[in-house]
Amino acid sequence: MSMTPDRLRAALAGRMTAQGSAWLAGACASTAADPDTVRSLFPPAGRRCGRGPLDPADPHGWTVDDAARALLLTALPLTGGRLLDEIGGLYRTGDAAERRAVLRALPLLPVGDGALPLVRDALRTNDTRLISAALGDYATAHLDAEAYRQAVLKCVFTGIPLAAVPGLPAREDAELARMMGAFARERAAAGRGTPDDIAPILARFPEAAGDQGPATVPTSATEPRREA
Amino acid sequence: MRIFDPHIHMSSRTTDDYEAMHTAGVRALVEPAFWLGQPRTSVGSFLDYFDSLIGWEPFRAAQFGVRHHCTIALNPKEANDSRCAEVLAELPRYLPKDGVVAVGEVGYDSMTPEEDEAFAAQLQLAVTHDLPVLVHTPHRDKAAGVDRTLAVVKESGLAPERVVVDHLNEVTVRQVAGTGCWMGFSIYPDTKMDERRMVAVLREFGTERILVNSAADWGRSDPLKTRKTGDAMLAAGFTDDEVDAVLWRNPVAFYGQSGKLELDDPGEGGGATFEGNSVLRGVRAEV
Repeated sequence: MSMTPDRLRAALAGRMTAQGSAWLAGACASTAADPDTVRSLFPPAGRRCGRGPLDPADPHGWTVDDAARALLLTALPLTGGRLLDEIGGLYRTGDAAERRAVLRALPLLPVGDGALPLVRDALRTNDTRLISAALGDYATAHLDAEAYRQAVLKCVFTGIPLAAVPGLPAREDAELARMMGAFARERAAAGRGTPDDIAPILARFPEAAGDQGPATVPTSATEPRREA
Repeated sequence: MRIFDPHIHMSSRTTDDYEAMHTAGVRALVEPAFWLGQPRTSVGSFLDYFDSLIGWEPFRAAQFGVRHHCTIALNPKEANDSRCAEVLAELPRYLPKDGVVAVGEVGYDSMTPEEDEAFAAQLQLAVTHDLPVLVHTPHRDKAAGVDRTLAVVKESGLAPERVVVDHLNEVTVRQVAGTGCWMGFSIYPDTKMDERRMVAVLREFGTERILVNSAADWGRSDPLKTRKTGDAMLAAGFTDDEVDAVLWRNPVAFYGQSGKLELDDPGEGGGATFEGNSVLRGVRAEV
């Protein structure tokens, strides 16, 4: 289910204090009246509205501050190049939480594929918060196949569960399965396990995945426990 | 023993250090912006550094169970290079960030007119942004530097309890003790202060308004000096409560004046590890 501003507002209603709600309503109104004010409202949004998971049952999903910042962005009375310039500036001058919020908000904004440079910037980092936020619905819709595959492989490599990649069922392909199979063989040769959640991709494209399918690859369940 | 290191340059340290610090009891720290040994020549290299202090380094720290905060400023040494001084105009966009809990390190290195100007301007930024200030004191001509520092702080109108004067020793602590400013001590392997001398200062001045830090960086330094000072205090007869005051409650009280300290376990919800270790598959990100 893709996120919409109305869904964000509904989810936030139960997760913010009255002061937080009042602050956000005022901040959205100020942003709608004068887009420049978003620059001073974006940084303190987490302190004002809270930071925990938006849905406690979804550990990979939006946080309260992500949702508050996304609503600020949807309040911007800008389109086209001016909207891209503003969100690009907020991303570049943002801390990790602000950058994550911009990435999460992309599918809610009328930016076409113009925000792909921000997605690519985030995918170059090794910060799992940014990588996973960059691989949301916007990347599913706009990121080219080569970059998408590399990003999914990076998730596996950096420990991001594939359950946090919503577009995977639509975007997985034989080439991704080949890359996963090669990754699994490399790990197996090193005596290391591979995450269980790559098994469905290997199983769906057995020819591309290669000889060592999931049955012969040690998984984290069978690998000896690492010392803490 | 729970420890908050109020001054340590983690960008210069290894993941082994983070592990050893966590084992020793360090659960939170502040990384002040300072120079990198190699002088910078442009504003851009400051901005990348500041971005790291509010981006990558807190993420790295969280993977080892340590809460990372920072202070942002143009340091006194590089205030003398006009190519770097332009970064002053960029500070207002960093000071409102969540992880930025003070303005610092500001103060004097060689006590030049350029340093005067940058110091005074940044004290005013602290007033504007309602943040405490971490003041570095010069390693050369320290006593005169401390006097001049205190005069400038007084002139700024900042409340003294919003200011820590750092890198003090047995001589300069006497100049600061009566001012209401906090007194910072950097415990080093063979310079500045050591644990034994720190215990003597604590015996004479008590534990109030005193911060003890390792100031560990890329020079010869030891990120476990906070813990070693706590152990030396206990060996000298200080109580667990007094150690906790110096190594935890004092830095929390000082930086807490920012209203921005986050002291819950970074592995809990909303933290910087991937929403907690339970979904990290037991394997750390390969960085």
